[in-house]
Amino acid sequence: MDEDSGTEAQTAPAPRIRPASDRSLLVSFGDEIGVENHVRVKRLTEALAGVRGVLNLHPAFASVLIDFDPRFRTHEEIEALVRRRLAGVDLEAGNPVESARTIEIPVQYGGESGPDLEDVARHAGMAAERVVKIFSAADYLVYFVGFATCFPYLEGLAPELAMPRLATPRKHVPAGSVAIGGAQAGIYPLASPGGWRLIGRTALPLFDPAGEPPPLLRMGDRVRFPPA
Amino acid sequence: MNRIHVLSPGLLTTVQDLGRFGWAHHGVSASGAADVVALRVGNLLVGNAENAPGLEMTLAGAELEFEGPAVIAVTGSDFGAAVPIWTAVEVAGGTRLSFGRTRAGARAYVALRGGLKARKIMGSASMHVATGVGGRPLRAGDLLEIGKEAVRKPRPGPWRPPEADGPIRVTTGPQADRFGDELYAAAYTVTEESNRMGLRLRGPAIPSPPGGMLTEGTALGAIQVPPNGQPIILFVEHQTTGGYPKPANVISADFTRLGQLRPREEVRFELITIERALQLLREQERWIYALMR
Repeated sequence: MDEDSGTEAQTAPAPRIRPASDRSLLVSFGDEIGVENHVRVKRLTEALAGVRGVLNLHPAFASVLIDFDPRFRTHEEIEALVRRRLAGVDLEAGNPVESARTIEIPVQYGGESGPDLEDVARHAGMAAERVVKIFSAADYLVYFVGFATCFPYLEGLAPELAMPRLATPRKHVPAGSVAIGGAQAGIYPLASPGGWRLIGRTALPLFDPAGEPPPLLRMGDRVRFPPA
Repeated sequence: MNRIHVLSPGLLTTVQDLGRFGWAHHGVSASGAADVVALRVGNLLVGNAENAPGLEMTLAGAELEFEGPAVIAVTGSDFGAAVPIWTAVEVAGGTRLSFGRTRAGARAYVALRGGLKARKIMGSASMHVATGVGGRPLRAGDLLEIGKEAVRKPRPGPWRPPEADGPIRVTTGPQADRFGDELYAAAYTVTEESNRMGLRLRGPAIPSPPGGMLTEGTALGAIQVPPNGQPIILFVEHQTTGGYPKPANVISADFTRLGQLRPREEVRFELITIERALQLLREQERWIYALMR
């Protein structure tokens, strides 16, 4: 068939596949942050779930790192598997974001729970109430979960609420803190050091070791932050 | 019930198995023994499955009292306890075993015949010290229970791995083409800020490549270079994603050496091919599994 036959279907760009170590392979779809790459990453991650000899999958904005046991698998085998699985799923079809589940995370805004709310309001040139209204009205998408223990990378922060991180990170950020770091919104699932601006806190556990499964948020979830 | 009393915990003593796999897409790295060869060999010596939970001690060890008789193997570095290392030994009930300061590398392991009885979280008994997933480091007064999960007879030792020196071997990392060969030109010192999350090195600054990069998945042993040019080797409790470029990645066969690096020690790096890295891993595996013949 003529390649220029004028079909509407978009084809995914060929992913770049290369070893990251003697036991891992990095599959990347380019360097754009956006819903299109999120969908590709999510579908590839799902297509590789449960493969024998694959130890871990690390999805990110536009790539998936695949850790495997080099005693049982080779880079060539894993690369062939990725290509087969990619051929078997339509990376571009439909929009799984629309059918995603929505998780409501009630947030106590300001005060001791959100010690940086006033600073964020000043930086945005608006009242704290307005910051809360804008922040809690938005719909966020979990691009992926990574960094350290269930930290969700969220899409959807209103641009007017963006604010640079603290020059000196706090030594202790309480678990459940809802925060703004640059142009991103996030939540600290566990107490940790951190440099994001804390605007509130949720009592909902984001990581419950006794839970099945322990993490609350998954890649592809939609999230809202209504006032508690 | 056969128990061990923790009389003093040492600097940092944790329960470790070979790690918690399958959770990186939730931001949870594998954790597990920092010197994976030492724990595996200890377990095989006492007749356990190689993944049985044991104790990992760091720089200065614990003081333990055994309630009843036990078969144990101390592996890794010599912390001066009154038992031979890299071999299975019987300890009588009432024995007190005192580990002191390290005489060699960073970590010593105690494998116990039957394994330590430990609650598994997300499929593993390993403590992830930085986040508290899987429990907390041992404290004085803790009681540990020895399990009954041995799978074969203890093997006499000693079974000591060949002395490894020379540079740490690496293969190219995902951004290797954006770096020169500065990483290989000088020795780097392991700093005091190093831990199970990362080995922070100090030495001649490595120029950051121009242009940013997207946050992407990070592999165990990745060498990342932040803007200050001081490399960090991502270790067993590493973050699962990161945004710093990575010129190189330590080979699997040298992970055991990373687990024994102490602060102030000097390291150099040597770039090898993946084929050579896998050959070295096969040799290491053959040596470990010869124990089971």
